[in-house]
Amino acid sequence: MSPAILILLAFGLSLAGWLAARSRAWAFKRANPAQRLASLPGYHGWYVALWVAVPAVVFAVAWSILSPNLVLASVLADPAASALPAFGFERQTILGEARAVATGKAFAVFNPLAQPLIEPFRNALHRYDIIGLLVTLAVALGGGTFGFLRLRPDFNTRTRVERSVMGILLVASLVAVLTTAGIFLSLLFETVRFFGMVSPVDFLTGTHWSPDPMAASADPGNYGAIPLFWGTLYIGAIIAMVVAIPLGLMSAIYLTQYASSSVRKVMKPLLELLAGVPTVVYGYFAALTVAPAVRDFGQAIGIASASSESALAAGLVMGVMIIPFVSSMADDSIAAVPQAMRDGSLAMGATRSETIVKVLIPAALPGIVAGVMLAVSRAIGETMIVVMAAGAAANLSANPFQAMTTVTFQIVAMLTGEGSFDHPATLGAFALGMLLFLVTLTLNFVALRVVKRYREAYE
Amino acid sequence: MNAPLNAAAENVFPEPVAEAKISARNVSVYYGAKQAIDSVSIDIPKNYVTAFIGPSGCGKSTFLRTINRMNDTIAGARVDGEILLDGEDIYRSGMDVVQLRARVGMVFQKPNPFPKTIYENIAYGPRIHGLTTSKSELDGIVESSLQRAGLWDEVKDRLTDSGTALSGGQQQRLCIARAIAVDPEVILMDEPCSALDPIATARIEELIDELRGKFAIVIVTHSMQQAARVSQRTAFFHLGKIVEYGTTSDIFTNPRQERTKDYITGRYG
Ligand SMILES: Nc1ncnc2c1ncn2[C@@H]1O[C@H](COP(=O)(O)OP(=O)(O)OP(=O)(O)O)[C@@H](O)[C@H]1O
Ligand SMILES: [Mg+2]
Repeated sequence: MSPAILILLAFGLSLAGWLAARSRAWAFKRANPAQRLASLPGYHGWYVALWVAVPAVVFAVAWSILSPNLVLASVLADPAASALPAFGFERQTILGEARAVATGKAFAVFNPLAQPLIEPFRNALHRYDIIGLLVTLAVALGGGTFGFLRLRPDFNTRTRVERSVMGILLVASLVAVLTTAGIFLSLLFETVRFFGMVSPVDFLTGTHWSPDPMAASADPGNYGAIPLFWGTLYIGAIIAMVVAIPLGLMSAIYLTQYASSSVRKVMKPLLELLAGVPTVVYGYFAALTVAPAVRDFGQAIGIASASSESALAAGLVMGVMIIPFVSSMADDSIAAVPQAMRDGSLAMGATRSETIVKVLIPAALPGIVAGVMLAVSRAIGETMIVVMAAGAAANLSANPFQAMTTVTFQIVAMLTGEGSFDHPATLGAFALGMLLFLVTLTLNFVALRVVKRYREAYE
Repeated sequence: MNAPLNAAAENVFPEPVAEAKISARNVSVYYGAKQAIDSVSIDIPKNYVTAFIGPSGCGKSTFLRTINRMNDTIAGARVDGEILLDGEDIYRSGMDVVQLRARVGMVFQKPNPFPKTIYENIAYGPRIHGLTTSKSELDGIVESSLQRAGLWDEVKDRLTDSGTALSGGQQQRLCIARAIAVDPEVILMDEPCSALDPIATARIEELIDELRGKFAIVIVTHSMQQAARVSQRTAFFHLGKIVEYGTTSDIFTNPRQERTKDYITGRYG
């Protein structure tokens, strides 16, 4: 039985608990109208509903993790399982086939060894489904009864409900935090394995990158990631920023200082729409429209090496993509500069543009810088555009018309290649991912600190 | 009703009447459809301090801001009538607002130093107006402005500190120094002491008194005592009009209008 059904069941029961508890509270009220209830009847309802739902949902989630192992254990205890190979891939496949037939996802097995296991699987699944259902019901009813029996007119359910609401919210927010920690740990684990095969020094300082998934052993000389770092920085932090910083800043200035409110009302959402365009669409645009134009332009001005995939094409499109990041942060921070500052400058006889350049931008600078940092962190983590337009060649060059590759591109290439998961040509992806994770984390962290300090300065 | 300057001269005010630096004629100001100033005419003399008093919302700030055309920066604000500065209409087409604001400086209610060093705050005006040709000349202007604003001794060793790191009273004197650094002819002050304690207020009032020899000063204030202490002329605004205008001593000792009397004796909000 799927956990979703158990959870639905728990919610259904908790609705019943809510109704029962609320009518009990009304009954208290009718029995003794002179006495005030310590909490409103609705809170009594929620109190019991929580007692029904929370333990049952917790059990259902735990059960969904636990029960497959229990099923497996009981299948393996069956005499038919003794014929299975002891370890490895084949054993997993046979068990998988038997399970698929038992659950009705497949109709027949390929491996004859799986045939005798179908019946034990079916029985075990059935048995544990029933157990899970009964225990969920028992837990829900037990919790509900406990809560219901504690109801008294003077029993303050309101504070208890408030407290559990806080608990539920806390758990919800922990999910995101724990996910981040989980990502970090899984990356860390694979990264350590990679660095067991290729030394971090070779990886971080080598200038030659050509991992060979077919090579029997890793040649550290092929794992020098400098060209990737360079490509990432050149495309994401240099070319893209050359586009995004001036355009983003100027549109922010126009929107905050010059545009009439009706223009602003139209332009600002349109600009922010840019941030919502799926990156794969930018990817098409870069690969099909911008890259050929860039190549033709390069050849026209006599650069023979101009190729149909180029750092410039990817960087330009990426720059356009992150204009909204720069402009919306700059917009917020320019708008946050007190009006008094602007008036002070204008009253000195400064023109509008003098006021912007000499007073508003310097005052808003921390916020603008933070916006740029967030944009850089977004740009260097961007994948689709570079996959489609930047190329795969790990060139260490300053020629923007040449193909270049980035960290994100290589992560994709390594993980979708045919290498096995214990080969450095695959594991390298995790080391690259780890590095990217750390760099973007640092950028975001610093940017948020800067923004916070800046906010405090104008409070 | 507008009392012309000559009417005031009949009274006991001892000093001779100066020629008008600023003459407003039938000035009306609208914010969108809402009228904030209704056909105000007034002559503001040189070398005196003129105080604008009146209940909140009566249009003092609005009228003050017409004199350096700061209302231009408010979307939807419109000014009718004419305002002459030395006989020249500042609302005529082709008027250079940048030049006007260099001649008519302004100090705001809340000190608003730029988030720059003390030195840069003062140097701001001279730089944008190209008043100096050398660094030493600029240094000279910074020093003399701070000196005239009575701030030099307190900040001369920390000119590179941020202007926002000063106390409120020091910041307001910095803003006054910033305004006089471009050598204006008129200084407009909108409740310049309302964010300051009595000691800082007394410093600013002293300063206003010293500066009046050089500039025409217009000050908006909610404090009757302050108006009486620092100004020689007072205009009482009410509901977008000037009810009474004359020498400060007349207005305070011998108001001709009932509404003026009620206001200065505190019987009116
Ligand atoms: N930017 C604006 N937009 C629309 N209406 C405004 C604006 N500024 C002022 N007003 C209106 O114009 C009228 C006069 O305002 P003003 O600020 O000149 O009054 P004030 O005499 O300076 O008052 P206070 O003593 O409170 O500073 C008020 O009714 C005010 O609501
Ligand atoms: Mg005002």
